[in-house]
Amino acid sequence: MTGTSGWTIVLLSAAGCYALKLAGYAMPQRWFDHPRLRRLIELMPVALLAALIVVEAVAGGRHYDWDAARLAGVAVGAVAVWRRAPFIVVVVVAAATAALLRQL
Amino acid sequence: MVRDSLGVGIAVGAYGVAFGAASVAAGFTPAQTSVSSLLTFTGGTQFAIAGVIAGGGTAAAALSGGYLLGARNTLYALRMRPMLGVRGWRVLLAALFTIDESTAMALGQRRASLSRVAFWWTAASVYLFWNLATVLGAVGAQALGNPERFGLDAAIPAAFLALLAPRLRRAAADSPGAGAVGVSRRVALAGALIALALIPLTPPGIPVLAACAGLAFAADVGTVRRLGRPGRRR
Repeated sequence: MTGTSGWTIVLLSAAGCYALKLAGYAMPQRWFDHPRLRRLIELMPVALLAALIVVEAVAGGRHYDWDAARLAGVAVGAVAVWRRAPFIVVVVVAAATAALLRQL
Repeated sequence: MVRDSLGVGIAVGAYGVAFGAASVAAGFTPAQTSVSSLLTFTGGTQFAIAGVIAGGGTAAAALSGGYLLGARNTLYALRMRPMLGVRGWRVLLAALFTIDESTAMALGQRRASLSRVAFWWTAASVYLFWNLATVLGAVGAQALGNPERFGLDAAIPAAFLALLAPRLRRAAADSPGAGAVGVSRRVALAGALIALALIPLTPPGIPVLAACAGLAFAADVGTVRRLGRPGRRR
């Protein structure tokens, strides 16, 4: 971790996320009435999660890193998600696949 | 109901172990990781921040992504506000407890009194298991060493995929045959492609943030009016 310390990040994320939650209880409701705003906030996680999947799967810093074992693990995890496996199964089969391939 | 709430808490525990391990792999200490779970208490955001930092992103990029991901909790709070009818110090606790699971369980009940029970029990159970699991994952990861040997680098994108999938499916359940699922999938695809294209072009962390731009494009093309209608939301 470079620059800003881990504690700063942890505390800023806690404060910001708490403020976001509290805002829904404490702020005037009409601030949030705009349907488009609500729609965008609802869809935000979809865009962010999709981007995070890609970045975590194929990025190594500022370049592409196509690691065969990792990609195979993600692919097996994806099949588990598609088959509606419980979360823990998804995580374990993805990790196990990558770990086993690296043992070979 | 209480049993359902405990079940949700235990299920979330698995995710907590993964977060604890990922956070330590990203360079946070087990203490920092635990404080994050105690105070931030919104898994997706915590995971995303660890992911961006692990990938070499700046604190600013990690926090921006985390806040954007946490903004949905504001909408949950707006939904829970009339249902819970909390005042005084309880508002402070209700706010901390307003997350995906507690909101979903509360909204799934038919009677208002049951919704309140579901909210508090689910939140308390998730809080307990999430924090225990975080410690377990963080300390475990530190003891085990090199996370790649255990395939953690594959488990993290798979975990995000498991979080994304229900959001794409739920849209379908909300409005069968309509455009909602199309919009979610278009947004997901646009976000993924933008991130993929930007990896070599921008500093780490930026591809994730930039993916939100795709959201504006994909969501705005003639669909917002139809989908934004009140009463449609879960």
